[in-house]
Amino acid sequence: MHLTDEEKRILDGRRGEAARIALAILVDLGQLYGAEALISVSQVHIDATLYMVDAGLEFAEKIADWGGRVAVPTSLNPSAIDLQRWKQYRVPPEVLPKHTRLESAYLKMGATPTWTCVPYQNGLIPRFGEQIAWGESNAIAFANSVIGARTNRYADLMDICAAIIGKVPKFGLHLAENRRARTLIRLEDFTAQMFEDEAIYPLLGYLFGEMAGDQVAAIEGIPRHVKVDCLKAFSAAAASSGAVGLFHMLGITPEAQTGKMCFHGKNPEKIIEITPAMLKDTEDRLWTVRGDAIDLVVSGCPHYSPAEFGRLLSLIKGKKINKSVIFWVFTNRTVYAWIKNSGILADLTDAGVMVFTDGCPLQYPRESWHFNTAMTDSAKFANYCFSQRGLDAAFGSIEECVETAVRGKIYRRRPLWRRK
Amino acid sequence: MAQKIKGCCVVPGYAKGEVLATSQSISFWGGVDPQTGLINDPRHELFNQSVASKILVFPHGKGSSTGSLMMLELARINKAPAAIVNVRSEPILATGPIVCKHFYSKEIPMLSLDQTSFQALKTGQQVTVDATKALIIIHI
Repeated sequence: MHLTDEEKRILDGRRGEAARIALAILVDLGQLYGAEALISVSQVHIDATLYMVDAGLEFAEKIADWGGRVAVPTSLNPSAIDLQRWKQYRVPPEVLPKHTRLESAYLKMGATPTWTCVPYQNGLIPRFGEQIAWGESNAIAFANSVIGARTNRYADLMDICAAIIGKVPKFGLHLAENRRARTLIRLEDFTAQMFEDEAIYPLLGYLFGEMAGDQVAAIEGIPRHVKVDCLKAFSAAAASSGAVGLFHMLGITPEAQTGKMCFHGKNPEKIIEITPAMLKDTEDRLWTVRGDAIDLVVSGCPHYSPAEFGRLLSLIKGKKINKSVIFWVFTNRTVYAWIKNSGILADLTDAGVMVFTDGCPLQYPRESWHFNTAMTDSAKFANYCFSQRGLDAAFGSIEECVETAVRGKIYRRRPLWRRK
Repeated sequence: MAQKIKGCCVVPGYAKGEVLATSQSISFWGGVDPQTGLINDPRHELFNQSVASKILVFPHGKGSSTGSLMMLELARINKAPAAIVNVRSEPILATGPIVCKHFYSKEIPMLSLDQTSFQALKTGQQVTVDATKALIIIHI
């Protein structure tokens, strides 16, 4: 691997221990994947922001104490908890110190306290073709596939190293030739009407992720007027069921305006079909709740946008959440300020909705909460909530989630893809 | 008697130990308990077995980018595998051993093999992994 004189000086420790270790780790990764050199990135999104184990805390604190400072604008993924309203949201005081120590370490490094998993909606929004280094699987998939920025799927800790140096090894999805789609996934027997039910997008994403695995695949048949929040739901689902870093949505992904573009003029190596019956099967597999009792409804995985809050309010206005159900919505501080100023927050609170910032519903401490079943409009949450939280999941559109929360028991319409 | 297998070095290092092998992929986040080193996914064929100090043999990694952090935690509490052997090693899986090497000065050698050689490794075998020389020695 070719290193510049400046990079060699860093490896000799001339810019301090934090930079030395960060660069040594990046160089090892680069050598492993045959990278010829490092390339500069314009921004970094750090995923390892959620306190889970002491090793993560030790790493962040040591880097900060050794003088590690971010070299490029750096945004942060969610904390586990609402760092401002933790008391109101029943975080046991004894678990708090480690979350705040991690927060302090990142602020000391000079990162921007965005605490969000949607940096592409609120944060450092990249442009087409921009070389970036992001962690957080949903954000990686969105940045590569919807925006056309370029990042690999960076692992926790590697993202911190990239932020300290402002560079990454030149390999993988940073290079145009590795962004070619190999497989074509076609939607068969889907009607335009089916796409009016937005629950179709996370389900399609989940199925796509299972089929694509860690390969670059293309999908044909998504309507061009698809909303950005639906693409967010698709990205999150695909990156939770598979190791999807980049998908090509024909006509939507900037690099996939035509089939020729995304297959780089070659033919697909494999063509697979998705049918409505397969979508029904996917939905059934995400559904582990038995019966119609429900304790918790969760939305905002990934974090809510202003448009999603507007939609939620229109569905819930004039109604009340049933006393037997807890309704959680997760977002970031930017969107929270907007709903507060516009009065949406007051209306939602009146209806019984709890709005969290900074946190992650998959990692929120649940010792002080009593629930065993959760309904969600997020396929990612439904996928992980049993393994991460021990909760049984029900999946539905946001309309069904609201109706369930109001009635106090699971309400499920029969979507069009279940009627065949 | 000893059988030698040639592979590719992923992360250099040297380790000796007992093989724990599976044909299923492993996710270090949500698949291995970071406090005990036990495989905690009830759907996994190695459910309830410990990866600590084993020569852990599985085809490839999967799942979240947080796996690297979990591997670092296992190393911190001395419950990490002694070495990792795969067919396909992806960056997220390799990040754990790379960071361990620089941050905790602990080696978790990692090596990749072709499918045929991979299948020669069976649970219970005593092996030496010399990732630096891209070599595994099975002691019979």
